[in-house]
Amino acid sequence: MRAGPMHYAISANRLRDGIVVFLGAGGAWVEQLAQAAAYPEKEQAEAALEGARGDEKRNLVVEAFVFPVRQSPAGLVADHIRDAIRAAGPSVYRDHGKQAETR
Amino acid sequence: MYRYDEFDAAFVADRVSAFRDQVSRRLSGDMTEEQFRPHRLMNGLYLQLHAYMLRVAVPYGTLNARQMHKLAHIARVYDKGFGHFTTRQNIQYNWPALSDVPAILDELASVEMHAIQTSGNCIRNVTADHFAGAAADEIEDPRPYAEILRQWSSIHPEFTFLPRKFKIAVNGADWDRAAIQVHDIGYQIVRNEAGEVGFAVYVGGGLGRTPMIARKLRDFLPKADLLAYTQAIVRVYNLEGRRDNKYKARIKILVHEKGVDPMREAVEAEFAAASREFISLPASEIARIKSYFAPPALQARAACDAYEARRQTDPRFAAFAANNVHPHRVAGHGVVTISLKPIGGVPGDATAAQMDAVADLAARYGHDEIRVSHEQNLVLPHVALDDLPAIYDELAANGLATANAGLISDIIACPGLDYCALATARSIPIAQRISERFGEGERARDIGELKIKISGCINACGHHHVGHIGILGLERKGVETYQITLGGSGDETCSLGTLTGPGFSSEEVVDAIERIVNVYMSVRTDRSEDFLAAYRRVGMQPFKEALYETSKGADI
Repeated sequence: MRAGPMHYAISANRLRDGIVVFLGAGGAWVEQLAQAAAYPEKEQAEAALEGARGDEKRNLVVEAFVFPVRQSPAGLVADHIRDAIRAAGPSVYRDHGKQAETR
Repeated sequence: MYRYDEFDAAFVADRVSAFRDQVSRRLSGDMTEEQFRPHRLMNGLYLQLHAYMLRVAVPYGTLNARQMHKLAHIARVYDKGFGHFTTRQNIQYNWPALSDVPAILDELASVEMHAIQTSGNCIRNVTADHFAGAAADEIEDPRPYAEILRQWSSIHPEFTFLPRKFKIAVNGADWDRAAIQVHDIGYQIVRNEAGEVGFAVYVGGGLGRTPMIARKLRDFLPKADLLAYTQAIVRVYNLEGRRDNKYKARIKILVHEKGVDPMREAVEAEFAAASREFISLPASEIARIKSYFAPPALQARAACDAYEARRQTDPRFAAFAANNVHPHRVAGHGVVTISLKPIGGVPGDATAAQMDAVADLAARYGHDEIRVSHEQNLVLPHVALDDLPAIYDELAANGLATANAGLISDIIACPGLDYCALATARSIPIAQRISERFGEGERARDIGELKIKISGCINACGHHHVGHIGILGLERKGVETYQITLGGSGDETCSLGTLTGPGFSSEEVVDAIERIVNVYMSVRTDRSEDFLAAYRRVGMQPFKEALYETSKGADI
């Protein structure tokens, strides 16, 4: 799992259906971590999180937060197992969650 | 089983209607998340790791076929085709959309079910022995009393905002299958010297980060005083329980800090002082509620030819009959445990097709009764043994005939880090690998009764403290690590497990369990001495030596 230097990305749950989403480069919420914006500095990510809070107020997402990621040959990967399971789906059902959509 | 009256039906319909309005206002932005969260929690709706999770109450674990069909329907239409039966005798759906939840609650209301008080700091689903009304060792069916407590505690205005959640369990047999001593209140149905039936009262048990075994407040409480005494306990807790620290807010901390004798005095004083006008239970009301739980009219059967014939000729059926069928109070009948622990499967999960199959079996052979056990299995409580061959074949056709009830592969596991926002490590994959290691065959049967319970964080939803072998998943430096406890038990000989020592990595933990089992096999006097008895006789030392002789364990 360890790959390139640490970056930071932003995630939340979509209000309407609860599905995990990530903040994309253009400011839109995307469903795959691979399409998320990655910020080299935590301060940049914290600043972007402030923007994402606006989408909480607009009732698009809930519980937005910053988490560490790394670049790998396969694309962006979460640095922490909790975030990795969140980005993929339950490890006990490979046909559930986001991992099912990318196969 | 209990049937809603007009008041119940109107009450649940009103709650669904109110929640529909709240969801609508939340989605349109008229309510903020902070405003909405308490409403969604009071209706059993959490936001978990991947999505929302809806926890549906199964009162004291009792369902009929129509309700189980409805749970299957909800899994199929609103979720990913399955549901997860929990250690609180409830069912959880892992993927519902917020916008669909009012419709799901409508569906539930149509079969007299709901998700009220499955979260929040209130009195939660009252649990009971999953063999209630059927077991041969029972003094009285605990469910009428659980139902009376449920009605009394539903949106009770005084007890809706307690310091913390509050769990009550009722057991009616000598064998405590409801784990009452690790509940906030445990009621054990007993008979006193005069031959009257009432309750022994236990208070202040619980697991979580500060596990404690309940203390006995009363040897005997008359039935008529059940609600008045419960009110006195919860009232003392509500007034004196700590609200300054979430982790010290359960009644077990109050009992511990105050001391059991002062706690008893406070409860008895409150009990003596309070008016009984609306809260004494007249015998007529108890009889009215009991009538809903009248046992099916079973005829004792001396000979069970079809059952015996199959048992003689089919070893797999014989293994199922030996492990998964418990004696019924009526001869020629059995209490059948349907294991939701297929070898290598996810403990407690059932597909919609499996739920439908169990519902059909209950309707055809089981007097329309199904139970959910806190051990995450299903139960057909009233089955004629001569129907068991047909039931077994249907279970086998649906992947439900695993013959491991009570064996080492019948593992309790919380959802863990695969689903839960609070978890620190995964539980389910550990359960799957242990189950694959030991299976359901001759080796598992030779090991005998052994309860392994796994939690993915210190909140202990997997009851690891009372597992004969308990496993607690933690995170250390970003890596999942597993601590092991030995000698816990949730039955009437209730005890908390003792930590073996340093924890184990995910790769090491199944081997560690096998070393523990091997020690047991070598020290037991014979097959009749089960794991818990052997551990209690020989103590920790031989297990510790075996565990840390070849592996130094992780440094935690």
